Amino acid sequence: MHGQEASESMDQARDPSPSKLSKPVTPADPSLASFRTRAVHVGQEVDASTGAVVPPIHFASTFRQPGAGVWGQYDYSRSGNPTRTALQTTLASLDDGVGSLAFSSGMAAIHAVTMLFRSGDHVVAGADLYGGAYRLLHQICDRAGLEVTLVDLTDLEAVRQAVRPSTRMIWGETIGNPRLTIPDWPTIADFARHKGLMTGVDNTFGTPALLRPLNWGVDIVMHSATKYLGGHSDCLGGTLAVSDQDLFDRLYFIQNATGAVLDPMSCFLISRGLKTLDLRIREQSSTALRLAQWLAEHPKVRSVLYPGLPDHPHHARARTLFSHSQPEGETAFGAMITFELNESLQRVASVCQSTRLFHLAVSLGAVESLIEQPATMSHASYDAAARARFGITDGLIRLSVGLESFDDLRDDLQRAFETADSSE
Amino acid sequence: MKMFSVDSVSETDPPAKSQTLSDSPSDRDLASQPPSDHSDRPSLSSEPALGPGHSTRCVHGGEGRQNPAGSITTPIFTASTFTFESTAQLLDFVEGRQQREEYGRYGNPNERVVEAKLAQLEGAEEAVLYSSGMAAIVGLLMSKLSAGDEIVFFDQCYHRSREFCGKHLAKFGVVTRQVPTGDFAAMEAAITPRTKMLVSESPTNPHLSCIDLEQFVAIGKAHEVETLIDATLATPMNVRPIDYGVDYVWHSATKYLGGHNDLLAGVLCGRKELLEPVRSLRGCLGSINSPQNLYLLQRGLKTFALRMARHNENGLAVAKFLDSHPRVERVYYPGLPSHPSHQIAVDQMNGFGGLITFTVKDADWRETSRVVDAAQVARIAPSLGGAESLIEQPLVMSYFHYSPEERARFGIADNMIRFSCGIEDSEDLIADLDRALAAR
Repeated sequence: MHGQEASESMDQARDPSPSKLSKPVTPADPSLASFRTRAVHVGQEVDASTGAVVPPIHFASTFRQPGAGVWGQYDYSRSGNPTRTALQTTLASLDDGVGSLAFSSGMAAIHAVTMLFRSGDHVVAGADLYGGAYRLLHQICDRAGLEVTLVDLTDLEAVRQAVRPSTRMIWGETIGNPRLTIPDWPTIADFARHKGLMTGVDNTFGTPALLRPLNWGVDIVMHSATKYLGGHSDCLGGTLAVSDQDLFDRLYFIQNATGAVLDPMSCFLISRGLKTLDLRIREQSSTALRLAQWLAEHPKVRSVLYPGLPDHPHHARARTLFSHSQPEGETAFGAMITFELNESLQRVASVCQSTRLFHLAVSLGAVESLIEQPATMSHASYDAAARARFGITDGLIRLSVGLESFDDLRDDLQRAFETADSSE
Repeated sequence: MKMFSVDSVSETDPPAKSQTLSDSPSDRDLASQPPSDHSDRPSLSSEPALGPGHSTRCVHGGEGRQNPAGSITTPIFTASTFTFESTAQLLDFVEGRQQREEYGRYGNPNERVVEAKLAQLEGAEEAVLYSSGMAAIVGLLMSKLSAGDEIVFFDQCYHRSREFCGKHLAKFGVVTRQVPTGDFAAMEAAITPRTKMLVSESPTNPHLSCIDLEQFVAIGKAHEVETLIDATLATPMNVRPIDYGVDYVWHSATKYLGGHNDLLAGVLCGRKELLEPVRSLRGCLGSINSPQNLYLLQRGLKTFALRMARHNENGLAVAKFLDSHPRVERVYYPGLPSHPSHQIAVDQMNGFGGLITFTVKDADWRETSRVVDAAQVARIAPSLGGAESLIEQPLVMSYFHYSPEERARFGIADNMIRFSCGIEDSEDLIADLDRALAAR
């Protein structure tokens, strides 16, 4: 909060209690227990002063105080803002955490996690990692002396061997990017706890609707809210949720001290997006499964990586983990598909440019379907050797399946394959 | 229409070219897009890539494939006015050689995109948006009616529609004739040589009566009278009155179309020729939407098919639950066989919506209000069609100042409750109502 002149002791005195800002509203009413109902209601209380069924957007940068030296719940918007609190309260409930923090982007959220550590500390990170996280760890955090080892998190022996005395955390993704690997996070979390290490996961591809890693003993769950949480390709955001109050307080201190908070308008848009999250991700997952099945039968396709397909290398584990968080109804496996064509880099690029419904764009998770070539787009910041090592081949295409109908998306891909052929 | 011209944008606002992960991959795909700046309104017909899927149209319909700066979403054009480069360009506009924006009250790029999307969803040539549902009906009737003209209404309708026609249009010499809902013989008998429009809701509010649209249109055609259906409760997912030959479809877009209880808007759909003077009058009267509001409506429409399917499921599940509850006297829901217009609903609707009206057995208005007050998931508020379920007692909410005789005439019983299903889980809504019905 607080101007630069504020002393440390003033900070302590003026900080609104972080737990007050983030405490999940435990529904007194047990009927609020189901995920979709909580997504609509928890944290989104009716405005007491007007009865507005949707809470107002508080653009205020600062808040009038009850008296000199007497602090109200909110003082300065970096420290806390009612619209951000509403979003954080909803998210804490959806992630099954004690609290949640909203950042200006997913990268800002991951960066806040790395600021828990100091020079000489070591992080073990998954090899199937978003390019931006790879860049943060290798080109920014290295300057502060943070050491990083990338390992295949699906190889538990490799994880064990990568751990050093200076290791502080194991970081990775619940569903790897772009190869959609599914690490055994409950086992990794268990191992890490015995070693006194922290675990953190990027659950962007999984979403809290499909996977809730805090329940597996993971310490920090992060989402790029830009993706499924917002869901409409119209705002950026990142979130962290934790199940330990002390860890929450440390992360809140970092967020408040470094300032990468999410703006009120984006908080509102993401809260609005969360109301349809469960509907969207289930519909998108169901379409993705059908597309993956269709692609798997397609003569042009060398391989399909989709956790819901029985021949995915981690399908059995995916089934266990996904169904654990979704005890009722059909198990959904997410809406990202990676597949490989028997084609050159140029021909694959040509397919990506030939779709008329899928937009050629990085990012993912929105109502509009997107197509991209990881080697030249989302993972271009990996060097060639790293791409080769981690299986990011030239023939790879990544799909983010949106809300369009299956028939329309299938026809669009088929047409793109044919267009690329005829342009030969 | 210049609004989505890539060229004009790239001159003034070149996309950043830094070597970042989020870079736009190249200009190739900007260049390969057909320019969309010559069509008056973006439409599916000029976008052969779009399939017929409902949800595909919700996401993409009416939108330019390529937006300024390559933005995947339609930018919010907050401009109140639009500049001309020169007098020559202005002359091109005023002499009709170029169609483009001029002044915010006459049109805005955000408005055109949402109107095109709604027209496609409705299967209509044209859609005209207003700042609220009531502004839309006022805009239509003020445009179409003159002193001495008459309209015929089915009597179950939104009370403000009735009020506007009966009280305010009457001041301008327009005669309103109300006939019992669904009584086509009475409607036909009420038509005179001065009758200009037949008006109905389908389903009606709050009794959820469905109108046989074929018969409704046949009467209009036989007497050369235009027809208007308020399809707010149905939405284009459940019924498209244009397909039956209805002239005007009217929605409060505040409800299912916006869908998040966070905006007001109204829309009229129909043939271009018929709506041209209506649009023109709107430009004069000024009941338009802000670009920000239009963006929220567009965003809401992206999940419309998905939400509506959920509203339909919740509506049917909750209606069946209420129908079997010992404390419920009667349920009005077109998806239940007990509803008088169930067969019409089955024949012409794809789903029955999320609104349910029911009466509480042997309860006076105070006892009924205790049921309303006991709901914990549903919130007490007027309106309907949003993500959050709402509950209300029509007697108190909308008809408190009417006499008992008037309420009896409108069919508003003291023990009546209206429940708008949101998109929460059906089980939670049922549990909530079950608990509420235990309140005495």
